[in-house]
Amino acid sequence: MTSPMPSTAPLPAVAEIGAVPPAPSAPSRSGSSRSPGRLAWLRFKRDRTGVISAGVVIFFFVIAIGAPLIAKLYGKNPYTTYASSRPELLNAFSYPAGPKGGMSSEFWFGIEPQLGRDVFTFLLYGIRTSLGIATAATLLTTVLGVVIGVVAGYLGGRTDYFVGRVIDILLSFPSTLFFIAFMPVVYGVFVAPNDNIPTGLRATALILVLSAFGWAAMARLLRGQVLGLREREFVDAAKVTGASPRRIVFKELLPNLWTPIIIQSTLLLPTFVTTEAGLAFLGVGIIDPTPDWGVMIQRGAQFYTQDITFMLFPGLSMVIFVLAFNLLGDSVRDALDPKSKR
Amino acid sequence: MLRFLVRRVSGAVVILLIISAVTFWLFYAIPRDPALMSCGKNCTPEALAQIRHNLGIDKPIPVQYWDWLVGIFAGREYSGYGFCHAPCLGYSFANREPVYGTIMDRLPLTLSLAFGSALVFLVLGIGAGMLAALKQGRFLDKLASSLSLIGSSLQIYFVGYIAMFLLVAKLGVLDQPSYTPLTQNPVSWASGMLLPCLTLAIIFTANYTRMTRSQLVEQLSEDYVRTARAKGLSRANVFFRFAWRGAMGPIVTVFGIDLGTLFGGAIITETTFSMQGIGRLAVDSVDKSDLPMLLGVTLLSAGAIVFLNVLVDAVYALIDPRIRLA
Repeated sequence: MTSPMPSTAPLPAVAEIGAVPPAPSAPSRSGSSRSPGRLAWLRFKRDRTGVISAGVVIFFFVIAIGAPLIAKLYGKNPYTTYASSRPELLNAFSYPAGPKGGMSSEFWFGIEPQLGRDVFTFLLYGIRTSLGIATAATLLTTVLGVVIGVVAGYLGGRTDYFVGRVIDILLSFPSTLFFIAFMPVVYGVFVAPNDNIPTGLRATALILVLSAFGWAAMARLLRGQVLGLREREFVDAAKVTGASPRRIVFKELLPNLWTPIIIQSTLLLPTFVTTEAGLAFLGVGIIDPTPDWGVMIQRGAQFYTQDITFMLFPGLSMVIFVLAFNLLGDSVRDALDPKSKR
Repeated sequence: MLRFLVRRVSGAVVILLIISAVTFWLFYAIPRDPALMSCGKNCTPEALAQIRHNLGIDKPIPVQYWDWLVGIFAGREYSGYGFCHAPCLGYSFANREPVYGTIMDRLPLTLSLAFGSALVFLVLGIGAGMLAALKQGRFLDKLASSLSLIGSSLQIYFVGYIAMFLLVAKLGVLDQPSYTPLTQNPVSWASGMLLPCLTLAIIFTANYTRMTRSQLVEQLSEDYVRTARAKGLSRANVFFRFAWRGAMGPIVTVFGIDLGTLFGGAIITETTFSMQGIGRLAVDSVDKSDLPMLLGVTLLSAGAIVFLNVLVDAVYALIDPRIRLA
């Protein structure tokens, strides 16, 4: 069997090795047989920036998941307006009485102006909300994008054409405008016009709207990849041996697509975090009193000239998270796909 | 070229038709009645019916959509408003102003913001990217790359307020952002737009630095650049006439998309700096269930993106003669 493209030939073999555990027959010196995943891990471990930023990202997820526990140990919650029972916390103009936004050993990150909530727990729960929504939207977008992209690329023909046009339209729709216009529609489906919208519904609507718009880029990328893979010999071989389309998609194509899928979804998560916060900032996403990164920034914007400290906590923590995640994404890309250029 | 333009423009028109139809349908998917909102407290069924009739929402949705389309090209008669000349986008449900006029009023601000920030991010971004590519692996390159990484992680709704706090409220070196028409007073136009344009440009600058650098690095390692050097051409000549020309294509493409998006209104920037541009108009029209206004803004935003795409593809062929428009 001769391969017309020797440079691309190793790929299917690599995928095969990935599926089989390290061969026991090899006289085992550790590391003599390495799966692609293990190779990527070894490359990643050597990348100091990547490891540090992974630590930062994990830290954020840990405090997000552990927020209730931390709040319990710390003894406060994000909803109580502490200033209403203890008016001495705020001054006559409803700004924190203490210096630096009222930071003290009791209120670590200070007090919120006007309402007097605890900034530390509000931030913790805010990170929890924002990361939860962004993670769910990333997962849903990835699944949607992979399914639609792989199906369009594999089936080709009319399906592919139709999906391609839908993607074109979605990508030429102004995205922020789309989110703003769509949110009331999703609420309208579930809630009567003048009723209060429960927070869970707001979060669900956000996840749905973000994913409904976000899948197009992922689908376009994967469609292109599948178009290339579809014509390769190993797919032909699988067809000849009578493999079902299902088997071909899951066992033959998908293992070759993990790298672009992971890379694309690491790009998605930080954009979803900032978009979600942006929508809350505009007042169309999560709203006060639910803690959220964007809600905090919106609150901070109301009194930033008087008390900038309140604004710094959500703003800086978001910059650190997004920066760390972007760096992590770059490192993951380098580790998975060492040939790629930045 | 002509065939290409005809095909792409008609494709763009179809996309706009679909987008406006989707917006129309979406609007009526919300169980909210704009007539009821403008009718007020003491609303009688007769008054309600009259308002529905005046707003033109007493007809079936497809008919309304058709009337709206005809209005754009031929104008239409509004009972209670008189004749609305083409291009007629209807009257606002909220304040009964003509949509076209309102959009035209808001457009100068949005265009100032778009062109102002585009000037900043093109000069800074491409400049920094070129420097980084020239000094590959050296200090300047590392500095530019780190700065652009940080820049692309910043958010307008955070940086904007920090900048206003420091530069306007504390130090007083810049004016409170505001909009004065350019024709009225160029100096206060510039001083009012400076901060919003700079803030909006930060994230773009970061992206353009990264993109310019990576494109140039790739081009500089191409064979034709080596050949040009071997022929003894000057460094500047090789850099600008050979490598930069090759690197320009993708940058022009992305610039077209970015500019199109900016024409549709920078919603978050306008909100942060309390400026009443197209972006704010869109948010307000959703808040007030103002369908004609929302349709008008959507058409403008989507139209800008779609037509700039066509334009970019045409320009691409001028820059890169290898590309054939087929």
